[in-house]
Amino acid sequence: MNGPHDMGGFTGFGPVLHEYDEPVWHDGWEPRAFALVLAMGMTGSWNIDEARHARERLPAMQYWRSSYYEMRHFALILQLIELGIVTAMEEEQGGMAMPPKPVKRVAKAEMIPAILASGGPANRPSNLPQGFAIDDKVRVRTINPSGHTRLPRYARGKAGQIVAVHGTHVFPDSNAHGAGEDPQWLYTVRFTAQDLWGQDTKDAVCIDLWEPYLEAAP
Amino acid sequence: MPHDGHHHDHDHEGSELSPLALRVKALESLLVEKGYVDPKALDVLIDTYETKIGPRNGARVVAKAWTDPTFADWLKRDATAAIASLGYTGRQGEHMVALFNTPETHNMVVCTLCSCYPWPVLGLPPVWYKSMPYRSRAVIEPREVLKEFGVEVPDEREVRVWDSTAEVRYLVIPERPPGTEGWSEEQLAGIVTRNAMIGTGIVTA
Repeated sequence: MNGPHDMGGFTGFGPVLHEYDEPVWHDGWEPRAFALVLAMGMTGSWNIDEARHARERLPAMQYWRSSYYEMRHFALILQLIELGIVTAMEEEQGGMAMPPKPVKRVAKAEMIPAILASGGPANRPSNLPQGFAIDDKVRVRTINPSGHTRLPRYARGKAGQIVAVHGTHVFPDSNAHGAGEDPQWLYTVRFTAQDLWGQDTKDAVCIDLWEPYLEAAP
Repeated sequence: MPHDGHHHDHDHEGSELSPLALRVKALESLLVEKGYVDPKALDVLIDTYETKIGPRNGARVVAKAWTDPTFADWLKRDATAAIASLGYTGRQGEHMVALFNTPETHNMVVCTLCSCYPWPVLGLPPVWYKSMPYRSRAVIEPREVLKEFGVEVPDEREVRVWDSTAEVRYLVIPERPPGTEGWSEEQLAGIVTRNAMIGTGIVTA
């Protein structure tokens, strides 16, 4: 989807304000909101691509106005309500009105270090042939999927060159929509600033792109 | 749980909580009441990213790369394994790539679509990294953004921006500054900044 999250190439958001010696949190609710997002993710009720897609589906103005942890909190509520894990009324009132819906796992305190240390690798075996090799010239397909995609708008239709091959990885466009992991070849593609933006510089942008986003270029 | 100087509003029941803070608190109570969340697990998660996982980890990787050519070579070939050998693995660092700055290339990392960031080596991302200005401008005007961080890259040097659109996570290995010959790994780790490992800073002795 061409959502508010797809920020690359916008201007008008002002300077990058960076804080010297920045603390991890800026308000007391932030760590709680952050930990709730992680802990609910650990219940196995959704995958990372579904979680990203929930954030993208927030209304654009809300997305742009929100701080990072606000945005994560709003997206968490969206998912909880959509999946029937909590009801809108429960969320509003902060108390249980419906019996809990079973979840795959509840992460106890003692399980957390192991869960974080193992993470969630995205590489998967696949029998698909590798379509491109390092140095191949490719062009990004001009597509505008209505659902989740990790193909940024600013790269669509642009020509680039393969600089790395990462094997076959879970395909977010499928995995975000309950259509399975559908692993696809993942490449890093280098685009010159000239090709992306018409800039006369030596600069470049490298983007990780799955094979279905790409076609061979002459 | 350790508190490093800044206040935690949730410890002060009912006093001056913003509507959002109240809403987060209410959701926590609800999820605990429904049995989905162990409140002690929340404390462990917070403590982990407050005190255990942060940019000091990445600084150790950089310092080792500067002093140990075999490690640097391993980092170039298989950053995930090389970094794991120092004990940094897992969530948001499952597939690591190390980007070595050189006199020809200055690397800089962004996630234009969300806020992907190599947690095991850098901890949680700073606010600016997740902000709309950085996410929108890093790919189209990286040199202007770098100037706002006080970094001037000579025209003849390529600025190469890495947009983290997949589950691959990037760690910039900055150039070792002159004047650090003979320094220990620990001394070197002490001068490596978070921004230098994102590519919005350079390391100075």
